[in-house]
Amino acid sequence: MSPRRVVIRNQSAEANLFARRAFIAFTGVVLVLLILFGNVYNLQVESFEKYQTRSNSNRIKLLPVAPNRGLIYDRNGVLLADNKPVYSLEVIAEDVEDIKASIVEVSKLLNITPERQRKFFKSMKRKRRFKPVELHSRLSDQQVALFSVNQHKFPGIFVNARLKRYYPFSDLTTHNLGYVARINRKDANKLALDGKSENYAATYGIGRLGIERYYEDMLHGTIGHQEVEINNQGRVIRTLNYTPPVPGKDLTLTLDIELQMIAKRALSGKRGAIVAMDPRTGGILAMYSNPSYDGNLFVHGISTKNYKKLLESKDLPLINRSVQGYPPASTVKPFLALTGLEENIITPTTIVNDPGWYKLEGLPNKYRDWATWGHGKVNLTKAIIKSCNTYFFDLAFKLGITKISNMMEKFGFGDYTGIDIYEENKAIMPSVAWKRARYNQHWYTGDTLNVGIGQGYWTVTPLQLTQALTTLVNHGERKVPHLLKANSELIIESSGNAYHQITPVIYEPRAPLKLKVDNHWEVVLNAMHKAAAAYDAFKGSTYDASGKTGSAQVARIKQGEEYDAKTTSENKRDNAMFIGFAPYDNPEIVVAVAIENVAIGGGGTNAGPVARQMMDQYFGDRVITRQTLKAKKSTKAKPKFDSTIKTIPQEAD
Amino acid sequence: MRTSGQDQQKVHNFWQRLHIDVPLLIGILLLLTLGLFLVYSAGGQETAVVYRKARSIGVALIGMFIVAQIPPLVYRKWAVPVFILGLLMLIGVLLFGHVGKGAQRWLDLGFIKFQPSEIMKLIVPIMIAWYVSQDNLPVKISTVVLAFILVLLPTLLIAKQPDLGTSLLIASSGIFVIFLAGASWRLIGVCLGLASAFAPILWMFLMKGYQKQRVLTFLNPEQDPLGSGYHIIQSKIAIGSGGIEGKGWLQGTQSQLEFLPERHTDFIFSVFSEEFGLIGVGALLALYLFVVMRGLWIAVNAQHAFTKLLAGSLTLTFFVYVFVNIGMVSGLLPVVGVPLPLVSYGGTSMVTLMLGFGILMAISTHRRFHV
Repeated sequence: MSPRRVVIRNQSAEANLFARRAFIAFTGVVLVLLILFGNVYNLQVESFEKYQTRSNSNRIKLLPVAPNRGLIYDRNGVLLADNKPVYSLEVIAEDVEDIKASIVEVSKLLNITPERQRKFFKSMKRKRRFKPVELHSRLSDQQVALFSVNQHKFPGIFVNARLKRYYPFSDLTTHNLGYVARINRKDANKLALDGKSENYAATYGIGRLGIERYYEDMLHGTIGHQEVEINNQGRVIRTLNYTPPVPGKDLTLTLDIELQMIAKRALSGKRGAIVAMDPRTGGILAMYSNPSYDGNLFVHGISTKNYKKLLESKDLPLINRSVQGYPPASTVKPFLALTGLEENIITPTTIVNDPGWYKLEGLPNKYRDWATWGHGKVNLTKAIIKSCNTYFFDLAFKLGITKISNMMEKFGFGDYTGIDIYEENKAIMPSVAWKRARYNQHWYTGDTLNVGIGQGYWTVTPLQLTQALTTLVNHGERKVPHLLKANSELIIESSGNAYHQITPVIYEPRAPLKLKVDNHWEVVLNAMHKAAAAYDAFKGSTYDASGKTGSAQVARIKQGEEYDAKTTSENKRDNAMFIGFAPYDNPEIVVAVAIENVAIGGGGTNAGPVARQMMDQYFGDRVITRQTLKAKKSTKAKPKFDSTIKTIPQEAD
Repeated sequence: MRTSGQDQQKVHNFWQRLHIDVPLLIGILLLLTLGLFLVYSAGGQETAVVYRKARSIGVALIGMFIVAQIPPLVYRKWAVPVFILGLLMLIGVLLFGHVGKGAQRWLDLGFIKFQPSEIMKLIVPIMIAWYVSQDNLPVKISTVVLAFILVLLPTLLIAKQPDLGTSLLIASSGIFVIFLAGASWRLIGVCLGLASAFAPILWMFLMKGYQKQRVLTFLNPEQDPLGSGYHIIQSKIAIGSGGIEGKGWLQGTQSQLEFLPERHTDFIFSVFSEEFGLIGVGALLALYLFVVMRGLWIAVNAQHAFTKLLAGSLTLTFFVYVFVNIGMVSGLLPVVGVPLPLVSYGGTSMVTLMLGFGILMAISTHRRFHV
């Protein structure tokens, strides 16, 4: 650098100059401070509300809390659908140091399959921060215990308990209750469309079939909210506010689970359905379709293998046969007889001669009676007792299809009964217009003759049969078939008292069916009463039953061919049908039975005894009591009720 | 009255002998104490962080005290060799410096690791003050030009590390000396013109990608609210949601729930504003103003041009910290890594600042030295 020079300094001039510059700098400092303060003032005072809102939306989140689904009981308070805690093993990856090693170790401890581990790592890839990922969806009690002891070794891995649907009677109730299954994309879209997405934000499953589906809104309840404070990573720091969810309503059904068990037992090893109804209310006492399947399988997501098995089973367990169409066969003869009386085609004393066949003039076909040599001279009562085909061929021919189907539609055939499940089938009440629309064909007289014996195009569901029979025994008073008896709601008063408020469901009766001559009801019912007295199935019964059998041809039998069950392949054998009610005065129960492809005999020998078992159970000769139920339940384990059912003495044929 | 006057004189003499400027010390201690409380709040309420900060404060106070004992004459004598040594060290950093956080700032001498750029914050004003005080004030144009070159050398070396904040502070410390030395206004105008002409060159050739991004983010932080704009948006939310009275100490949700980044270092002003509100901000700015006023008072009352310039430059550079830090966290300036002086957590820059205050105290208390 340059050598030191000696400078004569003007100290005071320098000091003045410096002081001036320092003052300017000071002014600048004050100015800058004012700008800084002004800016902060702007943020903290002018825009305060905006930033306060943003600060709150940063830290406050609403966590949805799922309501508990309402429980379902039978008419006597037996629990049919429960909520049970299910334990899942979940992982918050952010809290785990070495995720790979931890998963391998915990899997070894709890014996978790490599398949589950692979699934876990797959779902890990598309998870959100601090969101738990499921490693195992259903831990056994033993696994839960084992993990709890070793929990300290696995930070970030924890057991979570959720309530999931459980059906203690498994396949016994599936066709009625349906089941709850995980909400899929289709459900989610539908919920969004109905504006219900928000209420389902925390909900795991939705009613997929039966009661669970029909009364979804009632069962679900209202979502609650937990207002929490979270940090920048989304971790919950504390709860600020809690709005509890409103649980769904509990439902009490008209079903009698004991009667339901009898139905299952009676149909054991057979394909078919039984419906029992209280004709005074329309309440379904039992409705069972065999074979059935376990709805619990679907609650946790059924495996592809199991689902395929159900789908491909020749016995079609997924189908609810109580609401599927069967040829009604002779079970509809009482209704046809009533139509004949109403239309003045016959009187109670009209006689028809039955040589064993019916032949229309000018037509070559012989319509055979089931009794080869015929029944001789037959009036209405005898025609119903003996189920005389010739009598009803003649009646149907004289009535014509239009009068028949008009009257049958009044009994509810060919239409929905309005029962509170969605799986119902309308079945077919054929008419001229129907055949035109369906096959684009003329209606032939032969078609009418087939309808006259409950065959041909005509199909009815067992539920429709109980509905029609109810109308019949009520002398035209029509009831809405239903499963829901009452719902109960948990009411919490402001004082803290809580109680269940039970609301019975009221079903508006439908417009009654009026006959020109009121006595005609009695004529037909009387014939059924006499018929039942003639059946072996009801020998020795104490409750004064009435009924009508039916045996439906499944395969067409050619002219001149004989039907023999032994030589006919299983799926072409006759269906056995039965309808009945008891007691004769003031009936309390109507029953419809359909059994497919019976080996020997028809409705009288196969379906009749089944109805007998149902009525025995109903009228006090109880083979299953509530005590046996309770005893079974307390022993826990999977309910297999067959073992507790006393052996029912076989009917003597 | 006499006795009390004598007592006052005695007290004055006591501090004078210790070479401590009491008003300045009070201001500094208030700021340091506030820093301790804020670091506790911002650091997740961990006492360990507070202990570390207290330890650096202890070291810095001792350093300040030692420096205050050295007569300012000594700095002038050693200005040139130390400046050259400083430049060599900066070159050393670029050649074999230690890389940390993407920048090459540290020099590892085996027994000690330090940032030469920090020491340059003191050396540069000493050097420039020495250089311009060779002649009578006001400075001549030739002196100004040369002084500019002397400032530019370390500034560019540090900008290359890259450490934009420090190079900015060093450049301003030199420029303040030139300004206080009475450079003509026309010259200052020309310099400002040159500086703005230099800006595009800086943008295109010297600034790293992340630095450019910071400037873009500053211009429009909402463009990328979860990415580069996140810091400044969260900071503004913290400040704004504090309101007039603040949320209370330890009650700031933006900082306690960790929405605010760099809470205990560069963004500690946001924590303060959130928890103490506009009233607190006013008090803090008044405290800084007080320290600056005291520094300028010392400068004006210094007896020699060198000490005047040095004291003035150190004081104004201290204020640049305040301006840049508060400006950047409240959205007035782009984000450059400058801490809130004496309050932010971070030992190195605080120790340098305190050494600077040591020099100020030396200038304030060593009145009787002659050329």
